[in-house]
Amino acid sequence: MSEERRIEIHVPALARVEGEGALNLVIEDGRIAELKLRIYEPPRLFEKLLEGRGYHEVADLVARICGICPVAYQMSAVQALEAILGLDPGPWVRAMRRVFYCGEWIESHSLHIHLLAAPDFFGCDNVTELAKRYPNEVRRGLRLQALGNDLIRLFGARSVHPVGARVGGFYHAPSMNEVVTLREKLRAALPEALALLQWTASLSLPASEQPFTSVALRHADEYPLNEGRIVSSRGLDIASEEYEQHFVEQQVPHSTALHSLLDGAPYLVGPLARINLNFERLPKEVQAALRATGITWPSANMYHSIVARAAEIYYALGEAVRLLENYSLPAAPYVEATARAGVGVGASEAPRGLLWHRYELDPAGQVVSARIVPPTSQNQARIEADLHAALMSWGFAHSDEVLRARSEQIIRNYDPCISCATHFLDLRVQRR
Amino acid sequence: MKPKIAVHKFSSCDGCQLAFLNAGEQLLTLSELVDIVHFVEAGPVAPDEQVDIAFVEGSITTPHDVERIQRIRSQSHYLITIGACATAGGVQALRNLVDGQQWINAVYASPQYIASLATSTPIAAHVKVDLELWGCPVNTRQVMAAVRALLFGVVPEIRRDSVCMECKREGNVCVLVAKGQPCMGPVTQTGCGALCPHFGRDCYACYGPAENINTPALVNRFAGLGLLPEEIARRFLTINNAAPAFVDAARSVQP
Repeated sequence: MSEERRIEIHVPALARVEGEGALNLVIEDGRIAELKLRIYEPPRLFEKLLEGRGYHEVADLVARICGICPVAYQMSAVQALEAILGLDPGPWVRAMRRVFYCGEWIESHSLHIHLLAAPDFFGCDNVTELAKRYPNEVRRGLRLQALGNDLIRLFGARSVHPVGARVGGFYHAPSMNEVVTLREKLRAALPEALALLQWTASLSLPASEQPFTSVALRHADEYPLNEGRIVSSRGLDIASEEYEQHFVEQQVPHSTALHSLLDGAPYLVGPLARINLNFERLPKEVQAALRATGITWPSANMYHSIVARAAEIYYALGEAVRLLENYSLPAAPYVEATARAGVGVGASEAPRGLLWHRYELDPAGQVVSARIVPPTSQNQARIEADLHAALMSWGFAHSDEVLRARSEQIIRNYDPCISCATHFLDLRVQRR
Repeated sequence: MKPKIAVHKFSSCDGCQLAFLNAGEQLLTLSELVDIVHFVEAGPVAPDEQVDIAFVEGSITTPHDVERIQRIRSQSHYLITIGACATAGGVQALRNLVDGQQWINAVYASPQYIASLATSTPIAAHVKVDLELWGCPVNTRQVMAAVRALLFGVVPEIRRDSVCMECKREGNVCVLVAKGQPCMGPVTQTGCGALCPHFGRDCYACYGPAENINTPALVNRFAGLGLLPEEIARRFLTINNAAPAFVDAARSVQP
């Protein structure tokens, strides 16, 4: 290996991720000299365009940060704004927001598993190829994805940029008839979600363990969606208001998404981190299904994130059924707010992980400043660390093509949403 | 040989591509009818291939975008913009109304690393667009109807009447008249299904301007509801803030 040629590969796009980015990899004498996840999705400057907007306009605007997880942005935002306005929307809104959010988890996770991640495990380039070989599995996935979308639509009228969420609650409460019809469809899909979980665990997932810090919300008695303290696998346990004292975002030259670090080190957010920190908050049947996979939880293998995603689909279906079980029409689907000044934060669990918002309002209820920390920018440093360790231990005695495919697969484990933070990755490998 | 289709992305939230990716069974049917040669999020990558129909999502916000859209135009027989970003510059075009560079400086500690234009502009500001599909986001029905029509060799028909007309057909209670909400329905293009009024709330114009609209009358009406001039201007300057009819209406109240 002493006479290393310098090899440069340029692959124009890493497909099946959401957003635009690239990976630069320089290999020198069998070692990684440079590894940079370059994110070049152009910035859209949401934090600035929110300034001067009324608090009632924020939910419709922040939805536009991400077409795949608009509900997450709406939920973190309304929570922060309600903290400022001193609003308590009450139990009906609280429960229905969980249902609404379950819809987004089901939709986003099903999309990722089947359209973005699964083709890798079967040597297919995309879902239509996969559908020819595994029509039943793919169609099951598309049905679950559609159910997630139906659930978002129940409260949001449409699944992308839903129009139902507002500060104080919802604009509209679905009718009993609509709720019962959909609830029974969700219930009927529970066996399909369980079968999906078993299917993901049966994939040939590489054994690749790495030490990493998981970060997620944790709630006193439920699996986290909209509420909880921010905890880590290394003992962090803080209120969401204390986030900025522990987590620092910094700009790196190769990315338009800021890198976020916890006490100076990379960390993981998302489905695997959530399960690692909240396993015993899952209902018994989900715990049992996860144990039956033979995987030890918590898991330090990022390839298990696809199983974690499937488990959360199974969980979210059951949770939505449970919360809709005794549905009743509320007197009003929202509580009215009165403008006032203040600062508030909101944290919720987006499909891809912790999503933290902070707003300052003036006395007229207009946004003075906004800060939004999306999951993908939090995972960015961790993705780089993972690639570094995984490629070093896997070795470089592979063709560039194989190396590229492996790197892409590792990146997809994180389901990076480059539009939130980052859309296509082009990989450059240089060997010197 | 099957017609070839490409889906390209510029600055956007990826939400309009979901009109395909959320289409379920219809996505599989589409892949039988056409050859999807380039659609990065779905897998196929061939950005330079000659295609019959190119769908373009997102607005032009970087120097590289300006070059890329020219190339896409030259290799595409029929170019369709999908969504508010590609068709009107998107919500991110709000920077055009202020000093865009100053915003970049405020968000990034080292703005010199950010290759971004100070403006966000629609595709039609750079190349000829054959069909515009409005909406934030566009829905599956809109994109599939366009493909179907083109497969039959006819120009897709786009309704440009207002959300009001759709509300009447749906039998929705008028939120502007009955509740005094500043509904943008009278000046907004139909196509969404009048979702907001159906949910009892005011339309916020995510489908862009309808044809033959009377914005001065709506501005007067909003003033009559007690909205301040800047609040009226903000009603027009949201998702489709760079659409000329909306820009003019906003300027008329807040020069």
